[in-house]
Amino acid sequence: MTLLLITSTAPTDETAGLVLANDADAHSVPLDGVTRIDLNFPKFTDGRAFSQAFVLRRRGYKGDIRAHGDVLIDQLLQMQRSGFSSAVLRADQDAAHGQTLLGHYKGFYQGDAVHAAPHFADAA
Amino acid sequence: MYQYTEFDRAFVQARAAQYRDQLTRNLAGTLGDDEFRPLRLQNGWYIQRYAPMLRVAVPYGELNSAQLRVLATIAHDYDAPSPELLAQAQATQDKIGHIAAPRLTTHYAHFTTRQNVQFNWIPLEKSADVMELLASVNLHGIQTSGNCIRNITSDERAGIAVDEAVDPRPYAEVLRQWSTLHPEFAYLPRKFKIAITGAIEDRAAIAWHDIGLRVLRNAQGEVGFQVFVGGGMGRTPVIGTEIRAFLPWDQIINYLEAVVRVYNGWGRRDNIYKARIKILVKAEGQRYFDEVEAEYQRILANGAHHTIPQAELERVSACFVAPVLTQCSASDAEARIARILKAAAEDDVEFGRWIERNVAAHKNPDMRAVTLSFKRLGQAPGDATADQLKLAADLADKYSAGEVRVTHDQNLLLPWVGCDQLPELWREARKAGFARPNIHLLSDMIACPGGDYCALANARSLPIAAAITARYQDLDELFDLGEIDLHISGCINSCGHHHSGHIGILGVDKDGQEWYQVTLGGSDGSTLSGAPKAGKVVGPSFAADEVVDVIEAVLEVYKDQRTAGETFTDALQRVGFDAFKHAAHAARHTTARATV
Repeated sequence: MTLLLITSTAPTDETAGLVLANDADAHSVPLDGVTRIDLNFPKFTDGRAFSQAFVLRRRGYKGDIRAHGDVLIDQLLQMQRSGFSSAVLRADQDAAHGQTLLGHYKGFYQGDAVHAAPHFADAA
Repeated sequence: MYQYTEFDRAFVQARAAQYRDQLTRNLAGTLGDDEFRPLRLQNGWYIQRYAPMLRVAVPYGELNSAQLRVLATIAHDYDAPSPELLAQAQATQDKIGHIAAPRLTTHYAHFTTRQNVQFNWIPLEKSADVMELLASVNLHGIQTSGNCIRNITSDERAGIAVDEAVDPRPYAEVLRQWSTLHPEFAYLPRKFKIAITGAIEDRAAIAWHDIGLRVLRNAQGEVGFQVFVGGGMGRTPVIGTEIRAFLPWDQIINYLEAVVRVYNGWGRRDNIYKARIKILVKAEGQRYFDEVEAEYQRILANGAHHTIPQAELERVSACFVAPVLTQCSASDAEARIARILKAAAEDDVEFGRWIERNVAAHKNPDMRAVTLSFKRLGQAPGDATADQLKLAADLADKYSAGEVRVTHDQNLLLPWVGCDQLPELWREARKAGFARPNIHLLSDMIACPGGDYCALANARSLPIAAAITARYQDLDELFDLGEIDLHISGCINSCGHHHSGHIGILGVDKDGQEWYQVTLGGSDGSTLSGAPKAGKVVGPSFAADEVVDVIEAVLEVYKDQRTAGETFTDALQRVGFDAFKHAAHAARHTTARATV
């Protein structure tokens, strides 16, 4: 799954998803019929939404998880690995470069929301 | 040592390339300073008082000689500001106070209490070059700063300690890999430090960490972890609480994932001083423990993906096989050791002292652990020049299978020294200036870089360290005082671990002037020091030029009151805090009337 990058100038045709504040409990929020969940980064240094996305994927949620707020290209890879499927970039961000950064690493040590097995399990 | 695979090497190189891209964008103005800050921090790059500081990660303190030589190259080639910047910095420092202070130094590396290596003067423009140079020997600055899981520290005698139940290094390495660029845990509420030991004696101050791990065997001989959570220093010193008495070894990643995930969600982000996990553990107590357990159960129910396979533990453990020693034969080793020591001791009292202070017993009776002292007059505690780093690398190659350890006390330890090579090693170490026999004595003090370099510091640490070092030069006196942990921090962030010092000194700033708070009776958790605890504050702060006299007054009380063989900490305990406190206050001269 590759993260869909949305520039904030692009037209927003869709209705809003389920909006979760970043202190909401991702373990208990009802997911029936939900097709998109909007998670928020009030500041890019506030990392709570990474864990929320991970927990939502672990619960089996297959719909869109979208990053909003202070979304910068240097955190996209972490968003993708934590379970986000789309991200609305802050207006000043270079989407093309962001796309490049997503492919920078060939592999990672730990498992994540996209690839649950850690490197040691893959290498075995 | 852990042997890097092709995957590991490619990973570190990719990290260096990623950093170069970030730096290039920052210098070009397309990546703002605020957005760049956490990225550079998580590569070890701070911006300090006058220049950037680089903190190089030394996983659980282990370095090989090739890595030491690259650190020497960095000190020699890169650790220098422009002459204008240095002159301006020195002029600014000269205006600070009225105490004599050593001049700012360049071309140095600095060993930290968390077993890392720092440089103080590398221009940011050259930072990507330095990262590539580091990557050439599998070094980096990954997560040596920032609100993420920091470099994991361990016992400096890991794998060689006589009191060790289980070698913690393979577990430390597995945890290093797990925590490296963890996508979920790069923007935690605050920094997160893990320490691990496998020995009875705690040489890693595990209770003072966000997570402290003791790997041990239970009654059935199974390996597992005693897990402590919520320790930390700073302005609210807290001792970690045991959250698990025995966690099976293969579950450690799954369990820590739960600990950190709950912290990521629940830790405070509204106040930087309340953001560490220690505050969460204190505030929520059992509720936090319950949620960690619930999350751990969810991880187990969802596949427990990070359960460590036996084969992976064996693969990593195979890297830590002890080097084979050819010089000693086990059968007559003990007699030979005794003979060598006896002959040498009669030969030279200094050698005997060095054997006593700088040489420690080893799991292998034919080997010794030898500490090279970086505590000497004229150099800041834990500082090493390029030449000294190269000399240490040479000694490591010749006497220690090419390996050194950076110690919590800011020295270097040679872990694999043949018992019959001690006289030769001593001669060479002495020539290089590393043989000062002061390990764990008063002059083997811990000090942070303080207000000479650090932007956070409230006061300078190094002039205080220099003044105490100068006052206590006499080896007879130092030996007579015995083992004393003297820890100096330039601010409440406590990088110099003042809370855990038998004698702690903390720099504070009042009205733009430097003052120093003195604490007594702190403990890192070692047998000598007793159960881990923060030292007690002696009273109002002292002026900079009073500090050495205060330390001397405190030590005089000890000398007067001690019973035969009684240590400083024991005497403090028996005699009581007040006698020492009164002596400290009596030593005031500047602040005698107007106490601050």
